[in-house]
Formats: sequence, C-alpha cells, structure tokens
Amino acid sequence: MNDWVIEAENLTKVYRMGEIEVHALCGLSLKIARGEVISIMGPSGSGKSTLMNIIGCLDRPTSGEYTLDGERVSELRDDQLAAIRNRKVGFVFQSFNLLPRATAMANVELPLRYAGVVKARKARAQAALEAVGLSERLHHRPNELSGGQQQRVAIARALVNEPAIILADEPTGNLDSHSGEEILHLLLNLNKERGTTLIIVTHDPDIAANSQRIVHIRDGVVAE
Amino acid sequence: MRLLQAVIEALESLAANKMRSGLTIIGIVIGVAAVIAVISVGRGASGTITGSIEGIGTNLLFVFSGSSSEEVRNTKPLTLSDVEAISDPFQAPSVIQVAPILQGNGKASAGGENTNTQISGVTPAYETVRNTTVSEGEFINEQHMLEYASVALLGPEVADRLFGRREGLAGEMVRIDGHPFRVIGVLESKGGSSFGNQDDRILVPFTTAQVRLLRRPAHGEVDMLMVQAASSEAVAQAGEEISQILRTRHRTEIGADDFTILTQQDFLETVQTITGVLTIFLSGIAAISLLVGGIGIMNIMLVSVTERTREIGLRKALGARRIDILIQFLTESALLSLIGGLIGIGLGTVISLAIGRIAAANNTQLNPSIGLDTILLATLFSTAVGLFFGLYPANRAARLEPVEALRYE
Repeated sequence: MNDWVIEAENLTKVYRMGEIEVHALCGLSLKIARGEVISIMGPSGSGKSTLMNIIGCLDRPTSGEYTLDGERVSELRDDQLAAIRNRKVGFVFQSFNLLPRATAMANVELPLRYAGVVKARKARAQAALEAVGLSERLHHRPNELSGGQQQRVAIARALVNEPAIILADEPTGNLDSHSGEEILHLLLNLNKERGTTLIIVTHDPDIAANSQRIVHIRDGVVAE
Repeated sequence: MRLLQAVIEALESLAANKMRSGLTIIGIVIGVAAVIAVISVGRGASGTITGSIEGIGTNLLFVFSGSSSEEVRNTKPLTLSDVEAISDPFQAPSVIQVAPILQGNGKASAGGENTNTQISGVTPAYETVRNTTVSEGEFINEQHMLEYASVALLGPEVADRLFGRREGLAGEMVRIDGHPFRVIGVLESKGGSSFGNQDDRILVPFTTAQVRLLRRPAHGEVDMLMVQAASSEAVAQAGEEISQILRTRHRTEIGADDFTILTQQDFLETVQTITGVLTIFLSGIAAISLLVGGIGIMNIMLVSVTERTREIGLRKALGARRIDILIQFLTESALLSLIGGLIGIGLGTVISLAIGRIAAANNTQLNPSIGLDTILLATLFSTAVGLFFGLYPANRAARLEPVEALRYE
C-alpha cells in the first residue's frame, strides 16, 4: 500500500491579521491512498478549511511538503497551480457554484476549455453528464434544475477532466436529506467504478460513516 | 478558435446586463460619432474651399499695390503701363496673360428693382485668366473696350434680383449708378465661396469703368492684376519676373517693394493650414468625449469584476490561469468599445451627411468626405480605448486569490 495520491508532511499555515499571527495548521501530516474514500471532520476554526484549500491547490502551505499525485505542489507558481487544479482536482462545493447563465453542458465544458481540449470537448462533457444521470438535461440552465440536479452538474464538472482526487466540501449541505443521499451514493459509485479518490469535508457523522476512513482535525493537527 | 470562444462568452455576459452595457456603449458612440463628423466635415470644408480657389483659374498670380509686410513710403499705384510691361513676352516670358481689374461698388436698377452689387471693370483677358464662362450672350471684347461701350455682364444673383430670371436677358437695359447699360450676357453660376460671392457682381469693360463708373484719374491706375503663368511650374518664375519689372518701373529701394504678389498656392496653403488647425482642434474636443466614454467603460468593468468575484474564484478553481481571466475581461471591454465604435461610425456618417444637406439647403457646397482611413482609425482607436481602460479592471480580476474570491459573498 505505497501508492499515495496525497502526501502531506508537517504542513503549517500562518495567516497574518494585522499584528496577530493566526496558526491555522501546526505541523499537520496526512497521507491518502489512491482510490480511498476519506472524510475530514472537525469543528470550525480547526484548520479544516485551510487543509482543504491546500489539498485542492487553491493555497500553498507556509512550510512543509505537499505532494499531490507525484507533483510537489509547494514549489509551484500560480499558473502551474492552476494547471494542477485543472487536471488533478475536481471540486464539488456546498453551494454548487455553477455559472448561472451557462447551460449544464457549458458548465461541464469549462474545465476542458481551460485544459485546452477542443475536439473532444462536447463528447466528454456529454459523457460526464450521462455518468451522473443528467442525459436529459444537457441544455438546461442552473435555474431550471433542482438542487440535486445542480449538484450533479457540479459533480460532472468535477470528474470531466478525470482528476486524481475529487474534493467535496459539504456536498450535501444545501440539499434535502433525500437528494443528499442520492448525491452521496453517486459520489461513492464514481469512486467504486472509476477508482477516483474521494475526499469529503463534512460535519455530518452519517456521511462520514460511509467512508473508509475518518480524519478528525483539531487545532491544526490530525487528532487520532 | 479560443478568441471566438472568448468573444461569444463576452457577448453573452454583456447581453446579461443589456441596460448597463447599452449605456456604457453610448458613451463611446458619442465620442466616435463626434470625431468622425468633425473630421469628415472638416475635410469637406477644406475640399470646398480648395475647389473654389482652384475654380478662380489656373496658375494665377495676384498683384496688389502696397506692401503687406513692411512700411513703405511713396507707394506707387499699379498702372496700365505696368500691365503692358508685364504683358511683354521678352520681359516676362513666363507670363501668358495679364488681366487688370478695377473694382468698386455700385447701385444697379432695372424695371423698378434696385440692388447694390460689386462692379468690376475688366478686359477681355479676364475671361481666360479667371476661367469665367457666360451662360448666355458673349463676353466683353476689344470692340467694347475701344468704344467705351455701355455694356454689362450680370452675375446670376444680380440677374435674379433685377429681373427674376437668368435667361433671355441679352439686350435688356440696366442702370448702374444712373448710367444706362445694355446687358450682353449672364455669367455662369460659380456658387458662393470664400473668395467673395462670385455670382453677386456686374462686369463692365475696363475702359468704361475707368471713365464713367469708377472714375479713376487719367494715369491708368489699376486696383489689381491677375496674371496667368505658362504652367504651374512657371508660377514662381513668373512671380520673380513681375517683381523685377515692377521694381525697375517703380524705382523701389532694395528690399522695399511697394507691391504684393500672391499666388494661388499661397491662398491654398493658408486655407489648408486654417482648416487643418480647426479640424485638429475640434477633433481634440471630440476626442475628450471618447476619453470620458473610456472612463465609463473602466467604471462599469470595475463594478462587473466586483460583482463576479465568486465567478472568478470558481473559474480559477477549475483551472483558469491569470491570462485566461485577463483575456475574458479584456474581451468584454474591447467589445463594448468596438460595438460603440461601429455604431459611432454609423451615427457620425449620418451626422456629417446631414450637415452636408443642411449646407446644401443654405446654398453652400459642402461634401463631407468620410475616408476609409477615418473609419479604420476610429475603429482602432475605440478598441484601443476599451483595451486601455479595461486593462486595470481585468488585471484586478486576474490577480484575485482563488481562496479569497471563492469565499466572497
């Protein structure tokens, strides 16, 4: 079991708020295996969001080593980080974050566009939407879709570039319990079928119970 | 392909805020339309004036008595013997013809109608030198000169005022300052121009004007000479020859000429300088409104960037690089001003054509000329304005930190 998709060594993150230094991460280490389903839990202020931002390559650690799918992220420049996010990370947000004026297809095509995919774009976007069960809703705009359907579009967008990890931040937080369950099962199925590593940040113990491993974060470190 | 995609996306985004985009575009429309209208009308005016100066004749020199630059005492008038000397092909080989002119104002009347007009005493040479044509009748000839004939050629406007028509006037009688004159013809209309109204005047034989109408003393004094040079290249040479002759004849001191020679080229250059300066000046004022329009674009783009902070964060999370975001917003601002520019070109064209019509309705020839270069310049300039004023907001968007932007409410 040496195929780590994520290796984080001794991560620290310090925010400077005027005179005060806030230590969001204090030497956190974490390894996640390829194909794993893992939940990250922790109270607000624990450094959970900071960890998620670093894992998703939206932010860089102040110190420490972070390797995502073989790339040493801590050393990369902004545009290289953007490329990593594009190819290796699929984000699923609590509030869906779809472009309101764009159709489901256009939303899913967006990561492909930034990846420079031209020819296969339509076909791949369509395939991704079919994989989440939205083949009937390709040309609907977000306001014509239910919350569950919107989150499906977001999931299709996350997996269209075949990323190494899918990073879901409270993916069911804005949904009723029924569609929440559907979304969770969709994510678990994708993990099962495609072997995509699934990292879920959540408060909900029921969701966490579905994962293979639960990591609790407290005061900027992993609480065992 | 990527550019096309960016343009389509930008158009969608602009269409989502039609009112706002429209108002921003209007700012550019006004600026570009003003610039186009000013430049094309300016060119039209310059063309009209140039045309009317060229219409006076070709390769002309004008000789006046008196110096324009220096204080010269004992100015001697130009006389008919000066004319004779200049007409001598041995003394002035570059000169083809000389037309002496006497000028004054007089009152003409016919059939109870009265009008004040310009009276010119001219010789037959005037016809070719001044490029004058008669629409009816004949020009003044040598016979008239010798006989001090009481004959007159009417300008079309004078004919209108005295007789209410321009045809069938040969043989009619007019009184000029009380003296009866027989009309021998009507001049072709040359239109009003900067060079005095060519249509509002009466031509009479030089000799007649000398003794009867304008009553100049016997020395054969002349108000002005019009001299035609052999060719456009010979104009300068002719000027030199005339100067030499007059200096000798008037016994002027060196560097103290008591006459002034102007060429048609001098007039043309003066006029072109004046219209050029005016056009640049007015375009400058018009360009200020384009600048204001550009600031409008910058303002609206800043608002747009703030509004779409979350969207920018999302795009960055999905892998958009700085350059992608920069291009997205620059495309929007460039499109705003390009669309404004295109509409502005249309509006400016309409305005300048309307000005041309209004001028025509007021009997002034003015053909606004909208050149391809003007249109290209306006298009490029307005797009550049959009890019320039879009750069700051777009750069601000591109520099947003993805984490901050995603968290923005």
